[in-house]
Amino acid sequence: MKGSVIKYERDNIDTDVILPGPYLKIHDYAELATHAMEGLDKDFHKRVKPGDFIVAGRNFGCGSSREHAPIALSYSGIKAVLALSFARIFYRNAVDGAFLLPIEIDEGAYKDISDTDLLEVDISTNEIKNLTKNKIYKMKPFPELIGKIIEAGGLFNYKP
Amino acid sequence: MNITEKILARASGKTQVSPGDVVFVNVDKVMVHDVSGPGVLAVFEKLRKKGMVIDKVWDPERVWVAEDHFVPAADKISAQNVVLLTNFTKQFGIKRHFKYGMGQYGICHTLSHEEAMVLPGEVYVGGDSHTNTTGALGAFAAGLGHTDVAYVLLNGKIWFKVPETLFFKINGKLPDHVMAKDLILKIIGDIGTDGAAYKTMQFGGTGISEMSVESRLTLTNMTTEAGAKSGIVEPDLKLREYLAARGVTKYDEVHGDTDAQYEKIYEYEGSEMEPIVAKPFSPENTAVARDLSSVELDKAYIGSCTGAKLEDLQAVAKILKGRTVKIRTEILPAAMSIFRKAMDTGLLKIFMDAGVVVGPPTCGACCGAHMGVLAKDEICISTTNRNFPGRMGHVESQTYLASPLVAAASAVTGKITDPRDLK
Repeated sequence: MKGSVIKYERDNIDTDVILPGPYLKIHDYAELATHAMEGLDKDFHKRVKPGDFIVAGRNFGCGSSREHAPIALSYSGIKAVLALSFARIFYRNAVDGAFLLPIEIDEGAYKDISDTDLLEVDISTNEIKNLTKNKIYKMKPFPELIGKIIEAGGLFNYKP
Repeated sequence: MNITEKILARASGKTQVSPGDVVFVNVDKVMVHDVSGPGVLAVFEKLRKKGMVIDKVWDPERVWVAEDHFVPAADKISAQNVVLLTNFTKQFGIKRHFKYGMGQYGICHTLSHEEAMVLPGEVYVGGDSHTNTTGALGAFAAGLGHTDVAYVLLNGKIWFKVPETLFFKINGKLPDHVMAKDLILKIIGDIGTDGAAYKTMQFGGTGISEMSVESRLTLTNMTTEAGAKSGIVEPDLKLREYLAARGVTKYDEVHGDTDAQYEKIYEYEGSEMEPIVAKPFSPENTAVARDLSSVELDKAYIGSCTGAKLEDLQAVAKILKGRTVKIRTEILPAAMSIFRKAMDTGLLKIFMDAGVVVGPPTCGACCGAHMGVLAKDEICISTTNRNFPGRMGHVESQTYLASPLVAAASAVTGKITDPRDLK
């Protein structure tokens, strides 16, 4: 996976800003995408390109369980969110619904990666290459079950 | 094993589980509402397009449905979502559907205890993050997204990582001017919005034994705001009486072993607690209510699964009796059964005499959906659970989270007010 970075240097980016409450009644995935990140960054949907990555701080996706949040990001083109940590429901929604990859990175990588950097993410080697800065970071490997669900393409394709 | 580990072990057919183990558990009850229900149906559609045949759910008796976020229908789309839900329950033979305008209905988490939809020892999942609330009934209760709930509806089971448990030991009763809301805000202020991420928050000690079931539900409700997977209180006599009053006496209680392990034990002295408010824009951004007495308000909102149970409304009535509000104030009882009790016991008259508008049960403005959302720069004191940017309306509005006592006292003065300081 190769794409450029949209960086939000903040913690606790909650699902209310990722996809604000008034749009919860919408279940058309493409329409949800037009409202992605609206509570935090009104220009997100103009800026995002297919294959992009979001980079953020700790507890990404906290708050409401709305699956609309990973759906809106996924249908905007986001392939993975790289964060210091994730809130639990966002994490499992992203994985079980096969919307995007929630990738945990360390403080060093978080500080080093800049907005618009071009990254290449390889989950088979747990490596993140920063092609702009010519650096390599390690991502936290997925726990066993999570890795298997991702490999299967979501919970419904996974055979326990 | 502690209570959570024992419930998860039993539900996964194992004799022993430990924190970190990943288990597939059999689910006892599952809930969807007018947001997650249509979300689940969208997942069903996606699966059907891939060739899956979906014509039944695993057990319609274990599924129940609430209409709460956008009722009364806020617009055409939300009206359509309620129609989708109605068709869904009809098609799949789901009988427990609490319909707006047909007797008992209300916020899903409130119905879970008002109607004893979930029993001690059960595994309960719901398509809503505040599903944690129901853990106060001695059950494992956790929120899930649409894909996971769809999986449960079709398979009757779901995976969980067995959580570590943080034990909050509350010593002694809370003072009269302090409510469970103050205590949970204090705890979230101390541990932060990811202080219990992926973990269970268990509440115990003499302060909890002394506490009503409704108050305990306020604690477990807001474990979500600390990032917890679930919140739980062990069953006791008070819970048995609460359930018996709802006609339920048969269930299989689970209790922790005497050598139960907890990752960490936090202790709080009940008598030292005082009214706490969470400032914008995070539930962890807490302050002592008295230190905020210069904050001027535009509105007071008394509603939601967190702060509109009968006990919450009784606390508000205690303050509003014989007084009038100085700012726009609305009260939305969390379920029709509570609305009726408020009527039968004269609370509605007190509210209306005070100048308050009383509305139907709904999640309403708590999630910025409808029924009183905030304008740009408006400042609201609210008995709800979240105050993220834009949570209750405009992204530049501000919400202060408080107990029903503090919210009511503040409605009377127009400024954030500790109930002890009300003349």
